[in-house]
Amino acid sequence: MRPLVQTLRALLAHWRRHPVQLAAWVVGLMLATALWSGVQALNTQARESYDRAAGLFAGAAQPMLVAREGETLTDDVFATLRQAGWPVSPLLEGRVRVGEQALTLVGIDPVTLPAEAAAASAVDQTGFELAAFLTRPGLTLAGPDTLQQLGVEPGAELRLASGALLPPLAVASTVPPGTLLVDVGLAQQLLQRPSELSRLLVADDPRWQTQALPEDLAERLYWQHGQSEDDLTRLTDSFHLNLTALGLLAFVVGLFIVNGATGLAFEQRSSLLRTLRACGVSGRQVVLALLFEVLLLALVAGLLGLLLGYGLAALLLPDVAASLQGLYGARVAGALQLEPRWWLAGLGMSLCGALLAAVGSLWQAARLPVLGLARREAWRAHQQRGVMLLALLGGGLWLLALGLFMAGSGLVVAFAGLAALLLGAALCLPGLLSVAVGIGQRLARGPVAEWFWAEARQQVSALSLALMALLLALAANIGVGSMVDSFRLTFTGWLDQRLAAEVYMNAEDAEQAEQMVEWLVGQPEIEAILPTGHLISRYADEPLELNGIRVHDTYRDHWPVQQQLADGWDRVGTGQAAMISEQMARRFDLAPGDSLTLGLAATPWLLQVAGIYADYGNPRAQMVVDLDALMARAEGPLRQGFSLRLHPDAAPQLVERARRDLGLEGTAVIDQASVRNFSEQVFERTFVATGALNTLTLGVAGVALLTSLLTLTQSRLPQLAPLWAQGLSRRHLAWLEWLRTLCLAGFTILLAVPLGLLLAWCLVAIINVEAFGWRLPLYLFPEQWLRLIGLAALTTVLATAWPLWRLGRQSPATWSKVFAHEQ
Amino acid sequence: MLEIYQVSKSFPTPQGPLAVLQSISLNLAAGNTLALTGESGSGKSTLLHLVAGLDSVDAGTVRVGGETVTGRADADRARLRRTTIGLVFQQFNLLPSLTVGANLAFQARLCGRHEPAHLADLTRRLGLDGLLDRYPEQLSGGQQQRVAIGRTLAARPQLILADEPTGNLDEATGDAVLDLFLDEVRASGAALLMVTHSERLAARLGHQHHLSQGRLESRS
Repeated sequence: MRPLVQTLRALLAHWRRHPVQLAAWVVGLMLATALWSGVQALNTQARESYDRAAGLFAGAAQPMLVAREGETLTDDVFATLRQAGWPVSPLLEGRVRVGEQALTLVGIDPVTLPAEAAAASAVDQTGFELAAFLTRPGLTLAGPDTLQQLGVEPGAELRLASGALLPPLAVASTVPPGTLLVDVGLAQQLLQRPSELSRLLVADDPRWQTQALPEDLAERLYWQHGQSEDDLTRLTDSFHLNLTALGLLAFVVGLFIVNGATGLAFEQRSSLLRTLRACGVSGRQVVLALLFEVLLLALVAGLLGLLLGYGLAALLLPDVAASLQGLYGARVAGALQLEPRWWLAGLGMSLCGALLAAVGSLWQAARLPVLGLARREAWRAHQQRGVMLLALLGGGLWLLALGLFMAGSGLVVAFAGLAALLLGAALCLPGLLSVAVGIGQRLARGPVAEWFWAEARQQVSALSLALMALLLALAANIGVGSMVDSFRLTFTGWLDQRLAAEVYMNAEDAEQAEQMVEWLVGQPEIEAILPTGHLISRYADEPLELNGIRVHDTYRDHWPVQQQLADGWDRVGTGQAAMISEQMARRFDLAPGDSLTLGLAATPWLLQVAGIYADYGNPRAQMVVDLDALMARAEGPLRQGFSLRLHPDAAPQLVERARRDLGLEGTAVIDQASVRNFSEQVFERTFVATGALNTLTLGVAGVALLTSLLTLTQSRLPQLAPLWAQGLSRRHLAWLEWLRTLCLAGFTILLAVPLGLLLAWCLVAIINVEAFGWRLPLYLFPEQWLRLIGLAALTTVLATAWPLWRLGRQSPATWSKVFAHEQ
Repeated sequence: MLEIYQVSKSFPTPQGPLAVLQSISLNLAAGNTLALTGESGSGKSTLLHLVAGLDSVDAGTVRVGGETVTGRADADRARLRRTTIGLVFQQFNLLPSLTVGANLAFQARLCGRHEPAHLADLTRRLGLDGLLDRYPEQLSGGQQQRVAIGRTLAARPQLILADEPTGNLDEATGDAVLDLFLDEVRASGAALLMVTHSERLAARLGHQHHLSQGRLESRS
């Protein structure tokens, strides 16, 4: 034990003398852990919210009965079914406002709630007071994040915008964010929907699902299996996978720093290790001490990284939550609540990452001969051979990427291909740099120029990890930036086509739709009323958005159709054909002319695919069919709406009048400019987290370069001092060192442009298609590359300036110490 | 060629300034050789560094070839080393990234006095003919020091400063290298100031001075 402790003390003493190196090590792992765990915190938070939403009343698995089109579900129906022995439970759902916050109010009856729904909601939890819930004033159950969002404490009584007062709040961690749970009778009062119910939950028992409904109710009710929340998890998987991929990239870039710092520390301590071995410390003890040192440092860096990651996640959460709500309608709690396993997983990742980054040095330490002088040059020559090996490995990874892209399918495979492509490029970088430096060496004239390039060749190994990090970060920035800007350009054009009407109205129910029609026909400025009906259905066991329209020239002239049969819209008008979205066409391998069958009602609906249109930003499959044909087949009520054509200047007045005359609020009536504005806002927020992670990754690469150079300059004096002795000034040498690093970084930056473009192509042509089902055209943005190149160059200049300025400023005494033979 | 007048130098220590050199004065004419001996830490190397302009004096003057070294800017002192002074170190200090051939020619090319015929002759006399394409790491210590000597002499410096040039070599190799070194220095007509621990080696030079507790004692 004593040799181990003494060895560890001797090893740790190195860091006291090299604090910058220690800082590089810790900062590298801290940033890597922070970016990775930050992303995981965002994903965990979102998934936990989906789970709570899915878990409430058993979500996906919970069978339920709902009213057919034109029918209303009431307490009477519930009573009738209960009297007939049906295990049904009433549920009413509606939207309420508390201050500026819009919330979902859900009314339940805990006594009749099916067991599986009770298990998923709060009502079977220890401490749940049934009597308090049922008797006045009752209880309002809400998730802790909802209370935090509202800024209230348990026991508080919320006042709704309508003026009504809610019962005292109680915390129930299983209630999803933005949801309030009360007794169903109370909910009817608060929502001003007396005796009304949204649905009847039925025990998940196959006996009842095959049982015929009482005759008088069979025509009023139909079975529905609520699956939207389960689908939500599936739909959002691609979003989270994208974030995970970015987090992983940042983690890898951070590990480059750790690897570089560990390698240098090993090189500098190789004579110490030999001395320890010569003093009787066994090889095993040396490796154990090194391992312990790595774990100790990783523990500290990991904990700091977790704290930083938590802060980062808290900072990005509002934007991610807005993206998820805008894209998928998913509500994610606005405040981070992380379980111990997140901390443990983050720490585990940090420790594993540190071990991975240090494994090479540990291996070298295990094989270090006791005898033999430490020969830096020999080590460098070994590194040169390593450059060749890395290039070969990189080439192999590119072949693997090609194979995965050509033969594989699925998002995970696509990301694996992308990872192989990026890592392959990074591994080829030292080889490419060596080739470029070799050309410089051949072209060099004069002793200083020859030395300049000869040193550059030797420095490729020392700087390669930092340059790889720079290459990856910059390529990711260019690639993702090109994809986002291409998407933005396409999306804006697509909005122009898709939002052809000047005003949009959405009815809450059939009654309101009728009121709207009556009102609309009396508005003289309206040139055309285009009714629409919206329904969520399923196709091949996946959610499908069905949009019913009455074919009009507006659709013929503007709808973003990519390909269609001749007279495609006329075919849709017959009720026997449909336009389908690109993602639906790709997902189910459908082309114009193909047929598909929808199982909306008892009779299957056979439809021909009349055309395919772009539907960016929507992860669900979508289909446009004839409205009348849809209404005739739909079991449940359609969400009705109207697209209105009129002179654009008249739109704001019409919207204002509609709000006033019909008492409409929010998105019930909205003009084109507002929809466009909202869509563009959602678009921009969607990429806020991506942009932030990208910028941070570039920052990490900058830190990698800075730390590599700081550690490198510490070992550069012995190489530079002889030149100083031969008559080159220290300032001249510092400039040459700076120029050399800039040359290497500049070449890396130039290589990052084609790699970034390749990455952008993979994102739009492979990843997007796999993740979302649509393919974007790739546009080139040279000014964006110039901006990023400028930013990377600035990062490089800043990262190189300080250590080399320090080098130039070191006193002559420090330089001349190199020649002191007592050293 | 070399005039050192009343030069003093001290280094800061936690216990206060440590005087390493105190009012040192000496002269060395062109073509003469001088050995500077002394214990470890007596300030021999420090004096050499001050002469080469690698460090600055606290007081006094150093002149090389009529040019004042002390009080000059770093760039001026570097020019002086490039054109007038040649340095040979115990640690060889070759440029590891360059071949032996490039190392040999380096300083001569740097000061614009590269004469291929002279270098070829020097290379032959130093016995480095077959090693020109090798890298320093592939040479023995004696071979490396011969390259360092060749590099210095190829530039035809007027003053050669050598700091324990054979200190890293065994006695036989050290003697052989020193023989070669002194022959070549004499042939070049340059002045030589050599720092050494060894009284035996010092005796082979024209003049000897001894440094003790920061003060100079003449022995010849």
